[in-house]
Amino acid sequence: MSAPLALEVRGIGLSFGGLRAVHELSMKLPPGGLHGLIGPNGAGKTTAFNLLTGVYRPDAGAVFLDGERVDGRRPSRIARAGMARTFQNIRLFGELSVLDNVRAAAGVRTRSGLWGSVLRTPRYLAEERAVTERSRELLDVLGLTRRVDEQAKSLPYGDQRRLEIARALATEPKVLLLDEPVAGMNTVEKQAMRGLIQQLRTDFGVAILLIEHDMGLVMEICEHVTVLDHGEVIAAGAPAAIQADPAVIAAYLGTVDDAAPEATS
Amino acid sequence: MRTLAERVAAAAAERTVGQRLGAAFGAAWPLAIGIAIAVVLQTAVAPALGDYHARVLLDAGIAILVASSLNIVNGFAGQFSIGHAGFMLLGGYAAAVVTYYGSIKLWGSPLVHGGFLGSGDWLFLGACVIGGLVAAVAGLVVGLPSLRLRGDYLAIVTLGFGEICRVVVQLSADVVPAAEVGDRSIVELANNVGGALGFSPPPPTYVSPTPWLGGTGHAGIFFVFALVAVVLIVAHRLKRSSGGRALLAVRENEIAAEAMGIDTSRAKVVAFVLAAFFAGIGGALYAHEFGVTLGPKDLGFQKSIDLVIIVVLGGMGSISGVVLSATILTILPELFREFAQYRMPIYALALIVVMILRPQGLLGVKELWELSIWGRLWRRLRGRSA
Repeated sequence: MSAPLALEVRGIGLSFGGLRAVHELSMKLPPGGLHGLIGPNGAGKTTAFNLLTGVYRPDAGAVFLDGERVDGRRPSRIARAGMARTFQNIRLFGELSVLDNVRAAAGVRTRSGLWGSVLRTPRYLAEERAVTERSRELLDVLGLTRRVDEQAKSLPYGDQRRLEIARALATEPKVLLLDEPVAGMNTVEKQAMRGLIQQLRTDFGVAILLIEHDMGLVMEICEHVTVLDHGEVIAAGAPAAIQADPAVIAAYLGTVDDAAPEATS
Repeated sequence: MRTLAERVAAAAAERTVGQRLGAAFGAAWPLAIGIAIAVVLQTAVAPALGDYHARVLLDAGIAILVASSLNIVNGFAGQFSIGHAGFMLLGGYAAAVVTYYGSIKLWGSPLVHGGFLGSGDWLFLGACVIGGLVAAVAGLVVGLPSLRLRGDYLAIVTLGFGEICRVVVQLSADVVPAAEVGDRSIVELANNVGGALGFSPPPPTYVSPTPWLGGTGHAGIFFVFALVAVVLIVAHRLKRSSGGRALLAVRENEIAAEAMGIDTSRAKVVAFVLAAFFAGIGGALYAHEFGVTLGPKDLGFQKSIDLVIIVVLGGMGSISGVVLSATILTILPELFREFAQYRMPIYALALIVVMILRPQGLLGVKELWELSIWGRLWRRLRGRSA
């Protein structure tokens, strides 16, 4: 048998009362793959991320991370199993330094515990050194070396997004979920972020699932795109096929029938 | 990039005996210095200060210890607890039962048995640990609702907890005099802690005749400051470890902390239990300041608020800030005794002003030596000399 998929989603769904936020969502993300998840506002993309990471528990379906079933677990256990994410509305540890933001996440992989830290055992010291070393290297990759001692909340917007990615990578994920990484960025920053995302794939061997409204970026770098509308998958396939798909165009731009009454009135 | 486990394994493979010894030394020397300071305070500073001022020093030590424990749950983990005196109360009463009744059972008298670090002192230290453990169990019970409750709601639960502790103690039976203890068991006697009048058996009770033990009381300056050293070292090492950063992460953003793999439930409960344990030890010291004396009103809501003010003023999460504010807020009321009735309005006003202007406390999460003012001062001084 071949290596398991990095992430396999089998028909997950979630309803809030009568509203079907996500319905029958399935995805297959191979190791090191880069897939996109797109859809108009309110289509259920972020809800899908919350289902994958355990913030919400799916009503139906299953999520497999590296061949291991993870749905139904609490978010911290799913994260330890190898799923990391960034947030659309940035959620950093604002009062802490940039370095400590990353170290807080990297520390999840340590095993010394309270006694180790109080007694300063050799194992604890080695782990803390490794945490700091790895965190600094991650910040270097993300271009934040000059800001390690600054408070996270004082960083400019673009750097905050980069810090979120550094923090997510610090948990040593197999799958990285990026929620609108270039939202609010200018063209130059977007170009830099595009290069960075591709670099992360090769350097860390991590599979990436990307939510993004910037179609240019998605079509350019993703190998496979899933389109959600009103919680349903309306299309899935290679970027070129998606761009030509009439259902996708209708979801984003409306159909001729939708437009007709306005045109005549 | 190498994973954490690979790096740790590589470091373990290269570890030498010298490094192991270095680690052991690095772990031990702060405690040695802390104990040395406690000895100096006891033998040189306290006699020079005289009885009254030594007493203020003792109070400051206990305030530092208990406020530092509150800082773990309130400052590090960000769980707003306003019933911390309840843990002191439980620890204090548990320890008082152990020393008073224990001493009578073991040696037939409530006086301290033996000299400095004699068997009586060991009973006292054992009582401190037992007080801490009793409080820690209560910390577990109070920590569990913190998994579901946030902010104001959690504060109300902790407030209720503190009041319940006080009321339960007020309902207890009278203290049994030494002659009548007979063969009643300690568990049975745990209910005989004096009710609303307080646990104050006729003196002399558990008072040491030796000058080592700081005047008349048992919780001498040496013991208080040795334990302050332990608590400060634990708090400092916790703050700088991955476990401590996990607590701070929970405080800063619980959703993000959970998404990064931090078990936020466990972190919160650990913070509550650890804080309660140290508060219980602080309560045990408090109960033995003048022999065994402890009243339920001494450790009520007002005491909890005093502790919250120390932590908020010092900085939520700043260990040195809390030490500083605990010291100042112990000395100030002593200096302005004649204005004692204005103390609470002034505290309340100070709390409101700090919450509006600097909600993270004066120092925030930073330590005194991490403030940017030192760097600025240094640059200014260098600039002038150049």
